[in-house]
Amino acid sequence: MAYDKFNVLTSTAVPLPIENVDTDQIIPARFLKATKREGFGDNLFRDWRYNADDTPQQEFILNNPIYSGKILVGGTNFGSGSSREHAAWAIYDYGFRCVVSSFFADIFKNNAINMGILPVQVSPVFLEKIFSAIEVDPMTELGVSLPEQTITILASGEKESFDINGYKKNNLLNGFDDIDYLQAMRSDIVSFATAKAI
Amino acid sequence: MSSQPVTLFDKVWDAHVVRKIEDGPDVFFIDRHFIHEVTSPVAFLGLESRGIKVMFPEHTFATADHNTPTINQHLPVQDPLSANQLKALEQNSAKHGISHWGLGNPKNGIVHVVGPENGITLPGMTIVCGDSHTSTHGAFGAIAFGIGTSEVEMVLSSQCIMQPKPLKMRINVNGTLGKAVTPKDVTLYIISKLTTAGATGYFVEYAGDVFEKMSMEGRMTVCNMSIEMGARGGMIAPDETTFSYIYGRELAPKGTEWDKALAYWKTLKTDEGAGFDVEYNFDAADIEPMITYGTNPGMGMGISKSIPKGADLKGGAATYEKSLKYMGFHEEDQMIGKKVDFVFIGSCTNGRIEDFRAFASIIKGRKKAEHVTAWVVPGSHIVEEQIKAEGILDILTEAGFLLRQPGCSACLAMNDDKVPAGKYAVSTSNRNFEGRQGPGSRTLLASPLVAAAAAVTGYVTDPRDLM
Repeated sequence: MAYDKFNVLTSTAVPLPIENVDTDQIIPARFLKATKREGFGDNLFRDWRYNADDTPQQEFILNNPIYSGKILVGGTNFGSGSSREHAAWAIYDYGFRCVVSSFFADIFKNNAINMGILPVQVSPVFLEKIFSAIEVDPMTELGVSLPEQTITILASGEKESFDINGYKKNNLLNGFDDIDYLQAMRSDIVSFATAKAI
Repeated sequence: MSSQPVTLFDKVWDAHVVRKIEDGPDVFFIDRHFIHEVTSPVAFLGLESRGIKVMFPEHTFATADHNTPTINQHLPVQDPLSANQLKALEQNSAKHGISHWGLGNPKNGIVHVVGPENGITLPGMTIVCGDSHTSTHGAFGAIAFGIGTSEVEMVLSSQCIMQPKPLKMRINVNGTLGKAVTPKDVTLYIISKLTTAGATGYFVEYAGDVFEKMSMEGRMTVCNMSIEMGARGGMIAPDETTFSYIYGRELAPKGTEWDKALAYWKTLKTDEGAGFDVEYNFDAADIEPMITYGTNPGMGMGISKSIPKGADLKGGAATYEKSLKYMGFHEEDQMIGKKVDFVFIGSCTNGRIEDFRAFASIIKGRKKAEHVTAWVVPGSHIVEEQIKAEGILDILTEAGFLLRQPGCSACLAMNDDKVPAGKYAVSTSNRNFEGRQGPGSRTLLASPLVAAAAAVTGYVTDPRDLM
């Protein structure tokens, strides 16, 4: 499913300075029962966001109206655990288009890009700078430029570059996806399979 | 042919690259694709909207496991959402000509149990599934890993995914394992040393005499948990143990096909002198029966030890504190003697016959502790039949345990097998994340022996004391 293009994004951010945020926290298994890719944002971080009686957990960051924006900033090793792409769907459906961390789990990172969410991996030092900047001023804006591969704390001008391979970058910039690419090379794949005789 | 020494991983990976994209991933060919009811429906919707058919339906296998009840499987599934997912899997499989082993099918069970036991999983293959524990199949010398639903759609439509080649890690464990130290303890030990993110970006090869002496069931347990330290997957070079496990299984090669396959499989090992990006060495004698005390699988320790101080560990103190608070534990607590409310034996990690044999060896002649609720869940119908045939069912029944029907069950609690908030479960599954076994549940990961010891005493107990 072709997704939104991603070019530059300037937004306030929601800080979640917790390490090893696993995909069971992002979307608990009991909410994986849909057969369509809709409505997962309602259950994003469900068990941190709501009490057992479904009332909002007031201390959780998503329930604090001071913090909002299209960028989620997480602690190191974000997205570990289950391969459920529903975690990326929930983050997207809630309204985030970019996740920043100092380290991402592999499968989550792939899933995010495949959904059109840009994972931005920064140094631990820069991550702390972002958390501090938001703590001082929740209205702190971050500027993410995919063409330049940079993330900037706009108020201070502090900037860091991030990695993404050229193929995935091109996909995100243009709204292409892997299936388009693979469909265009079907005959090569069939020849490969025939030669391999799986 | 170059005379450069090559790793097992490179041999298998390089044989599956259809195209290398400059400054991009490899177009990576997939030999075997497993699907289940939870992560496939949206992929099929995607195919539909693009008007694409499944390219090689004979290489995809469907089984229902994540969402299935573990009692009364002959009755209609009560939860309408679960029933809907199961129906979608059945309909999508039928429509696209994919083998489907749904509820009631004698081959049904957990995807990572039924693949190997039916001879679908073979050495040298590339195997994927929309489930992170697909790493299990690496036990056969396959490259196997979990993928997201977009990638499931890629495999259905083109038998390929786009995958950057991971770095290579080798983990050597040599020496002799002590009493009551099982493959689960070996893997929990390794993860406790490397941490939950310690192998992210890597594909692991397990080597050394501990793995050489291990059964296929044990190797599957170890490879299964590779993802819990962040690894893309883990693999073990195939050997006589592997070949004799596969021989005669229903879908394994037969006759001259077998001879041809075997000749190839025998080449699948890391050449002397081949390089790894990182290598770790552990001594088997340092490993004791393990148990976790926190909310990720890296938070594990020898069962006789006490919970480490956060200050002594890598990682954020705030996160460590949050984790212990969730568990209701404190730094320096002893784990032995803590009260246990639930015991779960099963899952793709420890739901094979060997696991139930180990469990039975402790409970034999004892009784389930009255305050413990136990879920004994085989990984497949084939395992269930073995349990009955070997007399293990009699031991279970005698000791007050009920044998349930196969499925993922309390490992991720998508069905009714949920641990209530605040309760403690000793579980042979793979994840102790917050709420993994039900909202508010508290999970202690351990081996089947430790689970059995907890089930009969009602407290965290060193299984060596009962042997």
